[in-house]
Amino acid sequence: MLKLDPNLTQADDFYEALIEAHRGLSAAQSGRLNAKLILLLANQIGDFDTLRAALAKAGEGIEPAGEDATLEIVD
Amino acid sequence: MVAATGIDYEALRLPATPRPDSEARRHPVVIVGAGPIGLATAIDLAQNGLDVVLIEEDDHLSTGSRAICFAKRTLEIFDRLGCGEPMVRQGVGWSKGRVFHRDGQLYDFDLLPEAGHRRPAFINLQQYYVEGYLFERAKALPRLDMRWRHRVAGVKVDADGVKLDIETPDGGYALKARYLVAADGSRSFVRKAMGLESHGQTFRDRFLIADVRMEADFPAERWFWFDPPFHPGQSALLHRQSDNVWRIDFQLGWDADPQVERQPERVLPRVRALLGKQAKFELVWASVYTFSCLRMESFRHGPVFFVGDSAHGVSPFGARGANSGVQDAENLAWKLRLALSGLAPEALLDSYGGERELAADENIKHSTRSTDFITPKSEVSRQFRDATLELARDCGFARGLVNSGRLSKPSVYAGSPLNTPDEDAFAGAMTPGAPSADAPIRRDGGEAWLLSVSGDDFALLAFSPSQQEIAALRAFSGGDIPLSVVLVAPPGAPDIAGFVRIADGGLAAERFDATPGTVYLLRPDQHIAARWRRFDAAKVAAALRRACGHAEGTRC
Repeated sequence: MLKLDPNLTQADDFYEALIEAHRGLSAAQSGRLNAKLILLLANQIGDFDTLRAALAKAGEGIEPAGEDATLEIVD
Repeated sequence: MVAATGIDYEALRLPATPRPDSEARRHPVVIVGAGPIGLATAIDLAQNGLDVVLIEEDDHLSTGSRAICFAKRTLEIFDRLGCGEPMVRQGVGWSKGRVFHRDGQLYDFDLLPEAGHRRPAFINLQQYYVEGYLFERAKALPRLDMRWRHRVAGVKVDADGVKLDIETPDGGYALKARYLVAADGSRSFVRKAMGLESHGQTFRDRFLIADVRMEADFPAERWFWFDPPFHPGQSALLHRQSDNVWRIDFQLGWDADPQVERQPERVLPRVRALLGKQAKFELVWASVYTFSCLRMESFRHGPVFFVGDSAHGVSPFGARGANSGVQDAENLAWKLRLALSGLAPEALLDSYGGERELAADENIKHSTRSTDFITPKSEVSRQFRDATLELARDCGFARGLVNSGRLSKPSVYAGSPLNTPDEDAFAGAMTPGAPSADAPIRRDGGEAWLLSVSGDDFALLAFSPSQQEIAALRAFSGGDIPLSVVLVAPPGAPDIAGFVRIADGGLAAERFDATPGTVYLLRPDQHIAARWRRFDAAKVAAALRRACGHAEGTRC
């Protein structure tokens, strides 16, 4: 079950630490940090249904504007 | 190279089979394509007393570098078909692998960490050897009519089956069949002639496949590198094959020019970068590939069945191409056999499609996921891939996400209508629809394997039955459906006349979670149809009917 009510023990401290972790990083480095962070947190949560609910929630309001460059349909 | 039979199967040329004088007969089964899947289907039918015609347009077996990794389940099927042993002797058995990132090892794995199995997780063997040993077995079957340089030029479904137009070097003829098996590969003529298509996706990446012959002291393991120093920014894969030939895959990227990249002056430096400047090797084969995952919507079209690459295609990471094709062959053969004997309804033949289409989906899912990891499809996909590899150095969970290929395992037909759902409690992997596990046993005083006793028909495995249950088993009959009863008892238990009796040191009972009285019903393809804690003749008879495609509650 995805928690949407407050659950962080030190909300302001966490937010500050999150921003601080990216200080001085290029966009590419920030991307790398975020990717590792998501994987670590996902493993911490563990439950796939919760993760899937979080993915859906995060995707709300985002209209896909790009397209998959790797795949093409063949006959 | 020359096989144990003294024949070089890659160089073997087969004379064109003369055009038959008259072909008035409607054959029960015609198979198109003498690749590994067509040969396996033909052998399975012919060794069980069916007349089979196998049509092949070429005059030779496989050449060059194609399938190399043959999985445990495939070897068990080849054992049942009577040709597993020479392949295993010729091949390089392996169960272990390593995954590297840049200059360090991320982890190693063992696909078969327990003892007590006849066959290893895999053997690596050039496809022409596999076809060669299948060919030898096929030649020994008098009911198998192999016709070389006979090409299908037309396919017409009629009221009684299929009518084929065949072209040969000495002219054409018509060939009629009740059932047609299309094992004619990814560019299947039969599929096109029937106006059918195979759909899917092609990955925007190119891979160089190089086979080199060399004396080397790499172990017989699967080695996979992400971004190695000798091939920066791309991946590489190393496999040992028979005759000191090593298969190396180099990822090249979408922009690579396939014509240029397969030239020896481009290939040799790449190989040398991997093996070291001092390495002495000979280039045997080089080609550049693009990979696709695709399948037909339906594998059965009336009297025509599509098996192997004609029905589905996967990328090679995971060795799910030839291995899944051999499982198609085994799934179809016994069903055709029962249908042609009048012992099973059309629904049994439909279950070939139902079971193997889901198996193809599973194989495509795994191979697509592997390819997505190896060839990230977008910038963010690459970012997560690289993050996973970075974390995998010291985080166990991330090693589980690294995907260099999820290696072929046989499908479990979990939702198949042929299964009878459990009503008793069982633990372990031997669920209805699962392929039966193997185990070492003793039979007639000698060492043997559980899978070798079940034969080509239905089998009832009865674990340590009581005297009362033995009497009930003795009275049991599967009706017209051929069925063998196998008593599985601890060593030293007395012989019981009239039954196949095997002695189990405990591994068979453990792998089947069996207690005294437990009964398993195995299909002819050794997948589990049903199981109970106690033998009940009426329940077994009902499960047998169901496994033959009869609707529940009807008679055979």
